[in-house]
Amino acid sequence: MSELQASDLALFWAGVIALAIMVYVILDGFDLGVGILFGTTTDEAKRVSMMNTIAPFWDGNETWLVIVGAGLFATFPTVYAVFLSAFYIPVLLLLFGLIFRGVAFEFRYRSQRLRWLWDGGFFIGSIVVAFVQGAAVGAMMRGIRVVDGQYAGGSFDWLHPFAVLTGIGLVFGYALLGAGWIVLKSDGALRDWAYARIGWLLAIVFAIIAAAFATVLSVDTGAVAQGHLAGRAWGWVFPLLGVVALLGAAWAARARRDAWPLACTALFFVSAFLTLGVMFWPYMVPYAITVANAAAPEASLQFLFYGGVVVLPVIAIYTIGVYWVFRGKVSGGYG
Amino acid sequence: MELDPVILSRIQFAFVISFHIIFPAFTIGLAAWLATIEGARLFTGNALYRRVFDFWIKVFAVSFGMGVVTGIVMAFQFGTNWSVLAAKTGSIQGPLLGYEAFTAFMLEATFFGVMLLGRERVSPRFYFFACCMVSLGTMFSSFWILANNSWMQVPLGHEIVDGKIVPADWMQIVLGPVQMVRWPHMLLAAFLTSAMCVAATGAWYTLRGVHRDEGRVMLHWGLGLVAVLIPVQLFFGHLTGLYVLKHQPAKFAAIEARWKNEQPASEVLIAWPDEANERNLFAITVPKLGSMIASGNWTSAEVGLESFPKEDRPPVVIPFFAFRIMVGMGLLMLAVSWFGNFLRWRGQLETQRWFLWCTYLSFPTGFVAVLTGWYTAEVGRQPWVVYGLLRTRDAVTPSLTTGDVAFSLAGYVLVYAVVYSFGLYYIYSLLRDGPGPDATPVAVRGATGSRPLAFAGHADTATGRAGRQKP
Repeated sequence: MSELQASDLALFWAGVIALAIMVYVILDGFDLGVGILFGTTTDEAKRVSMMNTIAPFWDGNETWLVIVGAGLFATFPTVYAVFLSAFYIPVLLLLFGLIFRGVAFEFRYRSQRLRWLWDGGFFIGSIVVAFVQGAAVGAMMRGIRVVDGQYAGGSFDWLHPFAVLTGIGLVFGYALLGAGWIVLKSDGALRDWAYARIGWLLAIVFAIIAAAFATVLSVDTGAVAQGHLAGRAWGWVFPLLGVVALLGAAWAARARRDAWPLACTALFFVSAFLTLGVMFWPYMVPYAITVANAAAPEASLQFLFYGGVVVLPVIAIYTIGVYWVFRGKVSGGYG
Repeated sequence: MELDPVILSRIQFAFVISFHIIFPAFTIGLAAWLATIEGARLFTGNALYRRVFDFWIKVFAVSFGMGVVTGIVMAFQFGTNWSVLAAKTGSIQGPLLGYEAFTAFMLEATFFGVMLLGRERVSPRFYFFACCMVSLGTMFSSFWILANNSWMQVPLGHEIVDGKIVPADWMQIVLGPVQMVRWPHMLLAAFLTSAMCVAATGAWYTLRGVHRDEGRVMLHWGLGLVAVLIPVQLFFGHLTGLYVLKHQPAKFAAIEARWKNEQPASEVLIAWPDEANERNLFAITVPKLGSMIASGNWTSAEVGLESFPKEDRPPVVIPFFAFRIMVGMGLLMLAVSWFGNFLRWRGQLETQRWFLWCTYLSFPTGFVAVLTGWYTAEVGRQPWVVYGLLRTRDAVTPSLTTGDVAFSLAGYVLVYAVVYSFGLYYIYSLLRDGPGPDATPVAVRGATGSRPLAFAGHADTATGRAGRQKP
């Protein structure tokens, strides 16, 4: 089975989905991160400003998650089926987190008495979403049990200490992106506040990711990933790039260059993502289902292709357009 | 009934989709209503239509937002709880639902944004065009959902390769004859749902003596639209019944609570179907009418459930009652709208308070009809998830435990209870407060096409009482 070659269309869709995941992680990453940092202060002025920095963007950012979900269902249905079965509880928590976050945005300003509820939902929802995403990555590094194209493990297989570690890692990773975003979009006291947190967050993220990476390289469950990394020596450029990016973020925070902490952190996420790509490829569900195995028939890939080549550029242009319209620092909200 | 992952997953799907469908149905109808009223304003120049439009677009925005939130949950249900279905039919269902997502994104990214924020930035004609495109977009969106569901009801254009159901002919899958009947049936249902709500809102204002002019527009237009649409809907309902008779005779027999083969067949008007003993209790029947309804003559033979093996029969009680409630709602809409238009012709529409009360209380008829219609279609399809090809109990995620699904179901109920009560209260407050004075251009903070709730939220009357108009 694994000798099967992936068709051009299958590679196209795998590329689209990989790109959509990366765009999602960076875009929703910073607004989830702002949500996480939101809960670490009780200063109402800071909270309002923080929400204002992400108000026009967060919902569009989540569009990319739906593209990943819908794209997988249509073009790699086996992966969609196995992934959502294996992560039944995390996906549920992810949805609840996203729902609470989403409505908190709209409801917090319309209710004085229940503001604590929506603020709590915003903060905890952001943490939960970040944690389960990180835990899912950790669980995938350990591999997913598949029999006859269906998930064959238990409901809590994902909740391994290693996945808990990566889950916590992503919470801090997103918080780092969020701090970078706040620095970029604000000034005055809030920017100082965010700058003060970047150093600590960098240290924690580096420690956790280094520990996780070392673990994968040294334990049996990561044997396939180790083999891939060993056979693809060029792949080492990505973890190295990640380290450089973190150092760059530290420098930028020290030099107070507002745009660079976010840019460097984003570069770090790209390198981490590409490192995972090197370790997993050609598996979509590690280490059981490859791109070629999982691809829908050509008739399906072709049918959706016509829509995709029209819609995906429009979404990309729209995304860029929104960021352009709301560019610059926020002072007193967008209005 | 034993609680296993299959039955719990079915309950969960029914729960999340029931709470979802309410919003798209409302939104499709409202989009068409907004395009209509904007067209009326453009061609008459009457500022009153503008006030009505500016009011309903807020309701539309909240409803659209709630539809998106509950729709995201739907996008994951197939994989989390029905992974065998997803893996076996994903290459057909996935692209259909993928196109639905594409359509929705295109809408958000383009004309919906213009509709929410572009009033002062584009010409009136282009604005009207944008409204029409949004309406068209919501209809296309429903097209893909109905194409997917119609394929599950009557699978066409597929082949089976390595145990998977894969596409062979997309034209047949997307544009099958069943889809061409069911899609208009759903669109009309959505139009009727919203038109009844518009009319009921108008009746509410008239009863309270507030927003007289706007209320009058809503009352007259709403009842007029329902009066015209309802006969068309009854016709499409009839066509839908014919496809069921042809392709799903067991579902048809269940809807009719017909246990035995009969010639000529009687029609059970109302009864309590006793599934255990395969008979009807307290039945009121009309001889020969069953043959007439199904085959158009008084003598034909009609099949009963006894013709089908027990393992292929759908439940009877739910389709039987759901169908009758749906038809009852249709007849209620017919009565209210036609009598209302009679009163309007007599010039008494605003003065007959008892009738205004009837209209006001009819606001949920469309929603109830939509839900019960879907229950008839979906429960009647059992025990199949893809009719004749894949049984529901074989489609469930194999790794699921009862505890998993009990936990997720309880979670959905809890989360929806919180979010829904706020969302519905929000819409209720908007409806209660009614249209504001003549609209002035507003800058909406942070609202974009993909974030409609923020748009409606700009109205400070939304939930606060500050701007509430005194009657």
